Amino acid sequence: MSTGNGNLLEVRDLRTYFHTEDGTVKAVDGVTFNLRRGETLGIVGESGSGKSVTTLSIIRLIQSPPGQIVSGEVVFDGRDILRLTENEVRRIRGRRIAMIFQDPMTSLNPFMKISRQLMEMTRLHLGHSKAQAYAHAVKMLETVGIPDPRKRADDYPHEFSGGMRQRVMIGMALSCQPELLIADEPTTALDVTIQAQILELIKTLKQETGTSVILITHDLGVVAGMTDHLIVMYAGKVFEQAPTRELFAVPGNPYTKGLLRSVPDPTSARGTLYQIRGLPPDVAHLPPGCPFAPRCDRVEEICHREFPPFVRLTPDHSSLCHFAGEVYEESRLEREAISGQ
Amino acid sequence: MSTQEEMLSGIKDVPLESNQGDPLIAIRDLKVHFNLGGGRVVKAVDGVTLNIYRGETLGLVGESGCGKSTLGRAILRLTEPTAGHVMFRDRDLAQLSRRQMREQRRHLQIIFQDPYASLNPRMTVGEIVREPLDTFRLAKGRKAQERVQELMETVGLSKRFIKRYPHEFSGGQRQRIGIARALAVDPDFIVADEPISALDVSIQAQILNLLEKLQREKNLTYLFISHDLRAVRHAASRVAVMYLGKIVEIANAKAIYDDPLMPYTKALISAVPVPDPTVESTRKRMVLEGDVPSPINPPNGCRFHTRCPYAIEACKEVVPPLVEIKPNHFAACIRISPEQPQIESVAPGPDAAPGIIS
Repeated sequence: MSTGNGNLLEVRDLRTYFHTEDGTVKAVDGVTFNLRRGETLGIVGESGSGKSVTTLSIIRLIQSPPGQIVSGEVVFDGRDILRLTENEVRRIRGRRIAMIFQDPMTSLNPFMKISRQLMEMTRLHLGHSKAQAYAHAVKMLETVGIPDPRKRADDYPHEFSGGMRQRVMIGMALSCQPELLIADEPTTALDVTIQAQILELIKTLKQETGTSVILITHDLGVVAGMTDHLIVMYAGKVFEQAPTRELFAVPGNPYTKGLLRSVPDPTSARGTLYQIRGLPPDVAHLPPGCPFAPRCDRVEEICHREFPPFVRLTPDHSSLCHFAGEVYEESRLEREAISGQ
Repeated sequence: MSTQEEMLSGIKDVPLESNQGDPLIAIRDLKVHFNLGGGRVVKAVDGVTLNIYRGETLGLVGESGCGKSTLGRAILRLTEPTAGHVMFRDRDLAQLSRRQMREQRRHLQIIFQDPYASLNPRMTVGEIVREPLDTFRLAKGRKAQERVQELMETVGLSKRFIKRYPHEFSGGQRQRIGIARALAVDPDFIVADEPISALDVSIQAQILNLLEKLQREKNLTYLFISHDLRAVRHAASRVAVMYLGKIVEIANAKAIYDDPLMPYTKALISAVPVPDPTVESTRKRMVLEGDVPSPINPPNGCRFHTRCPYAIEACKEVVPPLVEIKPNHFAACIRISPEQPQIESVAPGPDAAPGIIS
């Protein structure tokens, strides 16, 4: 409302470090992005890339020590969350920014009826009376497709299947009509047919409520169908950022390119898969220069020596690579060659 | 002991693929039931009949709790079958004594999902890979040492690591150790049970490629068990689909993915997200209602009828047999037939759960 440029969230140069015995882990190191109202942003990366720490920093859920938000701004609807008091943050968290996690069992209290857990949200944030909160809880369970919601409301979490628990979590997250929903690997623990149900549910609810969504996943298939924009993270850095279609069609970073090529395509047959060599980086001991250099196919001498620039390829497509322009051009030519066939 | 031919001819309704030659492993009516007491029985594997041919990768897919891992373990007798036969080299593995079975494990190996839990943390990599050589007395002293080094090289681990412990390795490297251990005995057949599920995306491709290379070089036969349908599409030549203890469809991989026949397989395949935004925005998806029913006392008749948009009254009663609907393409569904292979041209069930086509 107050930002005036359509951005609900602006993250600027966010740095979150963990001080460990093994040295300082720069889990998130200079992350910058915008999220427009009503948009779905995907954050893709492998374990240790910093995708979850980024969103935990946004809602100030980094445990300190060992973690510390070293610098940056997280401007949510015109206010920098990092500069708010703990009390002010609590009024935003759950109310205006809600979060769902990979494993709904660990985020639900096993000793509390589902209804009570849902009621807590609206009683705290919306000042509902007990009766109002209960009615709202049942309505939310219905919204997320729990069959027989009136009866199920008084069940305990263990009485629900994994998919149903994730529905409950989504119902709880959306119960205060948040402006931003952060979903961290929401379907990773679920079977594919259940994953399809949950993704469909998030899509529908998003259309109905206009909530903005940040979807964190390692699955390129999931982001392909769900997101408007994508961020690819590696070793705590944003490696590439673009509208989803553009990023899949003309990747401008060797890591993104490798990742896209190494995923088996369910529509095509056997043959040797492209593989990124080597291992994911040890974030506590990053090499100088580009953190992907030891695994990169088109590495040159400069990559080992100098940290790469974040190159703007188009107004909304950027890539962290010394050769971003060339990689982008290559992808464009490959694309033309394929569509020319 | 009866020969394989006698065994096979004694059992009816065996869906046999044509032009495939003799199977390396022939599974007949295999059952693994777990009695929970109080009349509650988990029929994890309930009458599975399958052929696994030499040199092929048979993919086994299905959702959690469908019994795919139990089936893999029952073939190797890591879980004891309740009934049925597993024919391998003229022997019925299901009938062997434990001692006889241990000897057969020289030829039949397994790779697990969690490479950390399956490696002894107190043994060095060298000792882990060497152990099967000692157990089966395949090599001693210097020879064994050389063989261990050779195996490590084969799976892409540096010989320098020989004295290190499992915790010093990443997930992908640990999986390589597990593969080296399985290869030590020069097996014919390997059950790969979710071998890449615990690994990062960039590492999954490395392990898939390694398994494929080893198969080429050593003429290995794999049963590749995974819930990751994209990986199976890539790795497998044929694919079997399992639902609540039963095989519901089996065909070559291309046919399963391009032309699934049985409604459950259709839903399963259409649920797999494709890493291509253009495809994703236009494709039709059959979203199933509800969850997989509990494998404790599963539904009668066709076990999928509770979620099937095409279920009719008969589906609740008749257990559908695997029928060769198209050449070498078997499916268990009474609503389709060789004359009428497309379920879409069949009327949806009257009171069946509606599948959302979006």
